[in-house]
Amino acid sequence: MLKEKRYLVLEDGTVYEGYPFGANKTSEGELVFNTTMTGAQEVITDLSYTDQIITFTYPLIGNTGMNTEDNESLMAQARGVVVREASTGPSNFRTSETIDEFLKRHDIPGISGIDTRSITRKLRSGGVMKAIITDETYHEDLIELLQNSSFRTDQVKRVATKTPYISTGPGPRVVLIDYGKKENIVRHLNSFGCDVTVVPYDTTAKEIKQMRPDGVMLSNGPGDPANIPDQINTVKELLGIPLFGICMGHQVFGIACGAKTFKMKFGHRGSNHPVKNLATGKIEISSQNHGYSIDPDSLRGTGLEVTHIALNDNTVEGLRHTEYPAFSVQYHPEASSGPHDPEYLFKEFIDLMKQKEGNHA
Amino acid sequence: MPKRKDIETILVIGSGPIIIGQAAEFDYAGTQACVALREEGYRVILVNSNPATIMTDKEIADVVYIEPLTPDFISRIIRKEQPDALLPTLGGQVGLNMAVELDRLGILEENGVELLGTKLSSIKQAEDRDLFRQLMNQMDVPVPDSDIITTMNEAVTFKNRVGYPFIVRPAFTMGGTGGGICYNDEDLREIVANGLKYSPVSQCLVEKSIAGFKEVEYEVMRDSNNNAIVVCNMENIDPVGIHTGDSIVVAPTQTLTDKEHQMLRNVSLDVIRKLEIEGGCNVQLALDPHSFDYYIIEVNPRVSRSSALASKATGYPIAKLAAKIAIGLTLDEMINPITGTSYAAFEPALDYVVSKIPRFPFDKFEKGERKLGTQMKATGEVMAIGRTYEESLLKAIRSLEYGVHHLGLPNGDEFELDYINEMIQKQSDERLFYIGEALRRGVSMETIHEWTEIDMFFLRKFQHIIDIEHELKENPESMDHLKWAKTYGFSDRVIGHRWNMSEEDVFKLRKSEGLMPVYKMVDTCAAEFESATPYFYGTYEQENESIPSDREKIIVLGSGPIRIGQGVEFDYATVHAVWAIQEAGYEAIIINNNPETVSTDFSISDKLYFEPLTHEDVMNIIELEQPKGVVVQFGGQTAINLADHLERDGVKILGTSLDDLDRAEDRKRFEALLHEIDVPQPLGKTATNEQEALENATHIGYPVLVRPSYVLGGRAMEIVHDENELKNYMRDAVKASPEHPVLIDRYLTGKEIEVDAISDGVNVIIPGIMEHIERAGVHSGDSIAVYPPVTLTNNEIATLKEYTEKLALGLNTIGLINIQFVLSEGEVYVLEVNPRASRTVPFMSKITEIPMANLAMKAILGVDLGDTDYPLGLAPFKKGYHVKAPVFSFSKLKNVDITLGPEMKSTGEVMGKDLSLNKALYKGLVASGLEVKDHGTVLITVADKDKEDAVKLAHRLSQCGYRIMATKGTGKALAEYGIPYITVDKVSEGENSLLKNIQNGSVQIVINTMTKGKQVERDGFRIRRESVENGIPCLTSLDTARTLVEVIESMTFNMEKM
Repeated sequence: MLKEKRYLVLEDGTVYEGYPFGANKTSEGELVFNTTMTGAQEVITDLSYTDQIITFTYPLIGNTGMNTEDNESLMAQARGVVVREASTGPSNFRTSETIDEFLKRHDIPGISGIDTRSITRKLRSGGVMKAIITDETYHEDLIELLQNSSFRTDQVKRVATKTPYISTGPGPRVVLIDYGKKENIVRHLNSFGCDVTVVPYDTTAKEIKQMRPDGVMLSNGPGDPANIPDQINTVKELLGIPLFGICMGHQVFGIACGAKTFKMKFGHRGSNHPVKNLATGKIEISSQNHGYSIDPDSLRGTGLEVTHIALNDNTVEGLRHTEYPAFSVQYHPEASSGPHDPEYLFKEFIDLMKQKEGNHA
Repeated sequence: MPKRKDIETILVIGSGPIIIGQAAEFDYAGTQACVALREEGYRVILVNSNPATIMTDKEIADVVYIEPLTPDFISRIIRKEQPDALLPTLGGQVGLNMAVELDRLGILEENGVELLGTKLSSIKQAEDRDLFRQLMNQMDVPVPDSDIITTMNEAVTFKNRVGYPFIVRPAFTMGGTGGGICYNDEDLREIVANGLKYSPVSQCLVEKSIAGFKEVEYEVMRDSNNNAIVVCNMENIDPVGIHTGDSIVVAPTQTLTDKEHQMLRNVSLDVIRKLEIEGGCNVQLALDPHSFDYYIIEVNPRVSRSSALASKATGYPIAKLAAKIAIGLTLDEMINPITGTSYAAFEPALDYVVSKIPRFPFDKFEKGERKLGTQMKATGEVMAIGRTYEESLLKAIRSLEYGVHHLGLPNGDEFELDYINEMIQKQSDERLFYIGEALRRGVSMETIHEWTEIDMFFLRKFQHIIDIEHELKENPESMDHLKWAKTYGFSDRVIGHRWNMSEEDVFKLRKSEGLMPVYKMVDTCAAEFESATPYFYGTYEQENESIPSDREKIIVLGSGPIRIGQGVEFDYATVHAVWAIQEAGYEAIIINNNPETVSTDFSISDKLYFEPLTHEDVMNIIELEQPKGVVVQFGGQTAINLADHLERDGVKILGTSLDDLDRAEDRKRFEALLHEIDVPQPLGKTATNEQEALENATHIGYPVLVRPSYVLGGRAMEIVHDENELKNYMRDAVKASPEHPVLIDRYLTGKEIEVDAISDGVNVIIPGIMEHIERAGVHSGDSIAVYPPVTLTNNEIATLKEYTEKLALGLNTIGLINIQFVLSEGEVYVLEVNPRASRTVPFMSKITEIPMANLAMKAILGVDLGDTDYPLGLAPFKKGYHVKAPVFSFSKLKNVDITLGPEMKSTGEVMGKDLSLNKALYKGLVASGLEVKDHGTVLITVADKDKEDAVKLAHRLSQCGYRIMATKGTGKALAEYGIPYITVDKVSEGENSLLKNIQNGSVQIVINTMTKGKQVERDGFRIRRESVENGIPCLTSLDTARTLVEVIESMTFNMEKM
């Protein structure tokens, strides 16, 4: 039986008592949830979760342990992990360590034994809120602290690569602007033969153009795109080069073209979300993690058209520019974790680059 | 795509009787399908031979036919009703095979009937092993090295190529009938021969065994617009090698990383897209635990047992949506009925763990072969939901009603460790419990892993349960430990056992500390969206989501897993009781644990608690809901068993009082009642030891019927002919004691009569009287029953009515009552009274159009039966004849003796109805799977006492054009009457032996009655088993045989020489 106690204190004053695992430290962050049933390792190492405390709705986390191959970044930036049960005896042929060991190594605290469903219900109706994981038993000050603190806005700066680097391939040259990318974007581009140059988020349009890319990819990343206003101008200047944006990249692209975002009542946080491709009428199941969405009413006059919508709430999930070779999706075609249904979008990006080249010739 | 407007009428074919491999899940699927199609405005014609189903209620389809599921009968319905289309994929393998057959015979084309949903060509591609393998090769999807064989020689060639072990799977059979794993030459001969025999196309897949791989299932849906989703994935705890229906299953998968899951998800979707499935489909895969290597095992291109499980595990109603896909709707057009806001095109997210454990019939068939393999043996299953794996597993275990309450056996201490280890390695149905025992004794997880190849993840969970036991023991009455144990699913009973406390004391302690479960909603989306589904499971956490309404509530206890003696009939009664409660304006709450059934469809009741049916789990819900009362009389023995304890805890049991239930069960009190109301019963006495039994039997006179008190389905009941047999019975069959005496009754070889009635305590409605074909001594559930009675005089009927009313009122019955009578030498005696729902409730309700469960529930709620639309007393007999015939699953249960007797053995039933008795009987026999032919060879080997009767039957069969085959003994009797016959040698005697003749197909019917004596018993057993293995009907009661002869006579022209 686990005896040591740990607490999850919420901004609204709720205190959950649980058991410690992972790093032994107090940690504050924005409390969010994810409904995926597999791929906790991918989620925890996804830089989009920078500064966030991740609640997993699936109760048994870490059953397959952690391995050396499925990380989406080198150093996970989440602030905490909340689970019903953290597996101490993982079983999978690739397992290299337990989730406890992994989180200790990444200096992230975890708390288990939590009624994660009740947290999800709370977040679903009240929106995301701040929370703190602590071993302290007195919580009044912490609640006050949470209520008075504000979030940092420098996540992209902190997590994006500081220097450009190359992941080579024989095919088209792609510059990937890193806002906090998932490794699987690079892997996917490489698997299609792309020669990928990953550049820091604040690389200028001029610098990028000097690299003579066949295409530019805008990655996912943490936080609000409003936090990186300069980069929106960069993207504006890059229009004309084949361009593909994912998640934050999608929002940056949209804003660059003149669209606006709004905060959704319920965000999309899981790997089971249906998206309708308006061109084909087909449904694809996608991995999603976003609380903001492009406002369709703001698209008039931007040259953007909606290509994909969320089936359940009709929110915008994909955009395409009618003049420039550029498109983007709000969800995660690179999957990991999540379904591979939207993988075809990478192929479309490749085709777009080839087409452009053909036009030049 | 909008729904089809060019069709109006749709024919739905059900799955027929409950047999192993095809149980209540198809009542659930078929009912959902019919309701869904009618919701969309179509006219639905339903045909099924099984009267014990909700789907055959008139409320479910526009037109219902209860007719045999054969091409002959269905084509008549098609010609008569001229449906526009046929939906074949919701009636299990039977429904599907029927559609294939109707198509092959050209009947669909002739009548312009279109097949809806998945195309037949796709079905063939999925089901025909060879075509499927070709397709997989084409798609580069790995399949195990395999071959299609149609002869024994081809099997040997395959063996020489890939070696042992290899698996044999007969084509086009359900539940793996006739299949198995061959480890050596002997297996090869036996299993291949069987497989070829059971496959309707004499075709088997032989396949390199990949035993030890993880077995994973994906439940997928696809629509006509090529949208495809995964509803649920499941992992079998038992690796490849044990039929998935017999495996312990967990949902979702636990030991797959996202990479493995997505790989298998992709291949599952690719395959159903390639097959162009339109509807639900099940994909079974094998995954190497040590690499990314996988194989596809098979695809079921239809709604299946697994899809019923997946529906209940996720809340996503697969059958309902599959039916709508079949009429053209697409996943993105349909609303997910659980959330009411999101669409059907999404993949459910679970925030709990689901365990399924199969329910085996070996409590009834003690001699049955318990080793599990590719042939399914379970009759039913239970499901449980928890927030930890341990919780879901332990809840499932205590739902089984095996007398097992935990991860171990009740008498586990008594076994030698060697025996336990042997049982684990033997792969028996009880393996899980033996693993618990072994871990408890310190056998390492690694050793057990080596023996079983069960993933270490699960073994660690089992070990964790054992560790918690130890911790409990070391920390008596520690609240922290109590709480910890509860979150891992420990019952109060088990905790009490470790603490030397009673279950009640643990409950009280827990309650006083406020340690009660909360109830969480099953909502398909892990709480991401709001839902209003009234579907809950209990767990020990903070937030309770099941908020009791302020309406008056009534809780109905369900009947748990399908087993022999307690089938789908009780689910039928449960559902009707719920509807009656709702009609009366109350809130109806169901507690049940069977994922196959209609009652656990969340749309049936106002609230569904998917929980074990134990005292503790039920009391927890009662504490929360505070119902007006609890109804136990519809849920079979499961619910009845809980009544006593619930009442002691102050719960109001509605309907017939427990005291009156006890008066019907308690020998002495029942005798006193009969005396008081002047109803005779066969002379009988009780005995608490062998000596007393012998004395009493002598007094009563042999033969006597002996049985333990308080039983269901005639368990351990026997007809005993002399002192020696009685001694054996008392020594081997029962443990008699003063608390549990043995009942000894005079055995009257008369006609058995069965009556169901409803009473409100003052009035009695008797919907009808049934006469059994088999004499008393054959369990009523295994007898052919006929309505209306055919041989009773008006006086006898009047007496039966009078006795029924006296008994119903004498027992203060409020609700249902079932009575068995025997008519012996002109006298009516009462054999048994059960003041609760019986197996025949759906059968009688459908025939007489008197909704018995509904009226009973109304009576329980205080309605005066005199105020209903139904006449009091015995209802006038309906015209025509209705026959209920039992259906057995013997071919799937090795070593089980098929002789009919006082112990129930059938798994299901069918109905035959027509204007004449013989036609109704014909339909009943045909629907039960018996092929009635007007000529052939019948093998007769009967006991001496039966020879005279048998000779008469032989004569009549001979007149009809049958050839008689007999051994010398029986032959001598035949010769005396001048009946021509062919002599065969006895079982053990060489080339022309009985068995050879059965094996080589020269016999079409076997009539064999039980003979006492060791050698002859063994011979008889071998004859009966050989018949079953060879698919030849074997009649063990001359009464059944006589009926068959009458039917054959009625369909044969008389041929007399001039």
